[in-house]
Amino acid sequence: MTMEATRYDDGSITYPGHPRGPGGSEPVETIDLSEYTAEIVTWTTSTATPPGVREPNHLAIVEFDVEGESVRAIGQLTTGDVETGDEVRPVYVDELRDPGAGIREPESQAWDGYRFEPV
Amino acid sequence: MTMEATRYDDGTITYPGHPRGPDGAEPVETIDLSEYTAEVVTWTTSTATPPGVREPNHLAIVEFDVSEASDDASSSRTQSGDDGASVRAIGQLTTGDVETGDEVRPVYVDELREPGAGIREPESQAWDGYRFEPL
Amino acid sequence: MERVAIIGASMTQFGHREGEWITDLLAAAGSDCLEDAGVDASDVEHLYVSNMTSGEFEGQTGVMNALVHDIGAIPAYTQRVDQTSASGGAGIYAAWQSIESGASDMTLLVGGEKMTHRSTAETTDIIASVTHPVEYNAGVTLPSFAGLTARHYLERFDAPRESLGKVAVKNHKNGVDNPHAQFRKEVDLETVLESPIVADPLRLYDFCPITDGSAALLFCPESVAREYTDDYAVVTGVDGATDTQVVHERADPTVMDGVVESGNGAYEMSGLAPADIDVAELHDMFTILEFLQMEGLGFAEQGEAWKRVEDGDTERDTGELPTNTSGGLKSKGHPLGASGVAQGVEIYEQLVGEAGPRQVDADAGLCCNVGGFGNCVITTIMEAAR
Repeated sequence: MTMEATRYDDGSITYPGHPRGPGGSEPVETIDLSEYTAEIVTWTTSTATPPGVREPNHLAIVEFDVEGESVRAIGQLTTGDVETGDEVRPVYVDELRDPGAGIREPESQAWDGYRFEPV
Repeated sequence: MTMEATRYDDGTITYPGHPRGPDGAEPVETIDLSEYTAEVVTWTTSTATPPGVREPNHLAIVEFDVSEASDDASSSRTQSGDDGASVRAIGQLTTGDVETGDEVRPVYVDELREPGAGIREPESQAWDGYRFEPL
Repeated sequence: MERVAIIGASMTQFGHREGEWITDLLAAAGSDCLEDAGVDASDVEHLYVSNMTSGEFEGQTGVMNALVHDIGAIPAYTQRVDQTSASGGAGIYAAWQSIESGASDMTLLVGGEKMTHRSTAETTDIIASVTHPVEYNAGVTLPSFAGLTARHYLERFDAPRESLGKVAVKNHKNGVDNPHAQFRKEVDLETVLESPIVADPLRLYDFCPITDGSAALLFCPESVAREYTDDYAVVTGVDGATDTQVVHERADPTVMDGVVESGNGAYEMSGLAPADIDVAELHDMFTILEFLQMEGLGFAEQGEAWKRVEDGDTERDTGELPTNTSGGLKSKGHPLGASGVAQGVEIYEQLVGEAGPRQVDADAGLCCNVGGFGNCVITTIMEAAR
């Protein structure tokens, strides 16, 4: 498992990757963000969670610096005891959410992934 | 339970009833079709049925003649003439052994289809109703 | 080119509508709107139905065809318009296009949603199904986006938490005078700030409720409008725009580009500037969204909308820019597909002088309808005919 971001031919990087980047740019390579650390941009603790989601659900938008290019990601936190600006690293979790509990077709997407843990 | 059709102020009758009739006509009265007989206009036997529906499912479009019901609404009927006396319905048949033109009567069934099995919210509509039985 | 007029409006009671389903709600608002304008169902040429998700909520699809039958408007052309929470605004845009292009001389727009029969968790999940798999997997909900964005806004612009609460207090106060609102009850700041946390730092009263309801507007060319009435509104500017599906990919978490782009388009078409707007309906699904739209639409500089709210500029009876005079989504309720249409109903009523105790002095009004978390946005500017 990797936490795969995509770099496009205009130099931009997004997580997740898309078939085309900003302005229709072509993808040129993937980058595994799980090898990097990131900084918390903002975070929340969600208490009204949908079926199959842990409650409370700690969430953050984090920013990675990949050789000078910044790329943001959203994900669960391992704890609600964080502050904006904290450094975090991705840790693998084999099921972030119960696949069959919500409205989304279980086969249509992945359910494992990464949580962010304060370093 | 009744098999309720609606008559509108332009004389037309529909089953089921709607908040407004053709061209926005206002509803004026209801007619219980379960007191009438009807004629089979066309029918089919469906073998690829969705969740909660019997298989095979015999279905017919039938036509009721409710002309005597319109006697006390003759003033509104004049606009629509003879069409105001006939009304079609769709429903299950009690048997697949029918022919077009057969006379049928509605018989009450407390569950035409299993409420929770399909995609439709169970509370949003009725699940009892009538099947058509050959006379 | 003839201008596009609005000659009728209606909305059902918003709230928990026991025993009434999507087709019932749409038919009620649709027929009431025709009655309001004195237009026959047989004169309707196009019928647009703004609805996000009747299939997922109720297992009832094809609601546009059900409605055209239920109000007796056959054979009018009909189409369901889905742009998630912005379906109502997208319906205004579609209705405007149908008249502007000459394709229709009488277009009825009806928006509606039936939601309250599902649990809060299920409803939250249905709405969150707009998200990318990466977001959905993390259990992200729309309120979560609001919490993330609100924290960032407050920290970055040094805005007090109370300023968000004041949006809720104001909109609840306005809703008291709206007979169709789900909540007609004032709340004080303390109640807002001490209500249960939903998505830290936002609390229950920072969020709109789950709602059943329907609203409608009737559009025609100005020459046709004059055959029916002297008091009508004119759509002088309308535009729609999009932003990223993945919310964190936006360059600035506090800027909704869809708001900025659609607002610019609507201003340009109307020839009006932010200072010309006398009354606004903003999509306050969450209190923070009122700030982001005020800034995106040029009513405040970035990071400063909270100051205008604190200064009372958005108050109904005393402010320079009365905002959400209807009570907003916050107190009126948010039946997804109906909300953008109901915003239009409020602006229409303000412009033709039918807003009763909510009436403000207005020649030009704006509504901004936001889908997803700024993913799709429609901004509409209307002016009084007189």
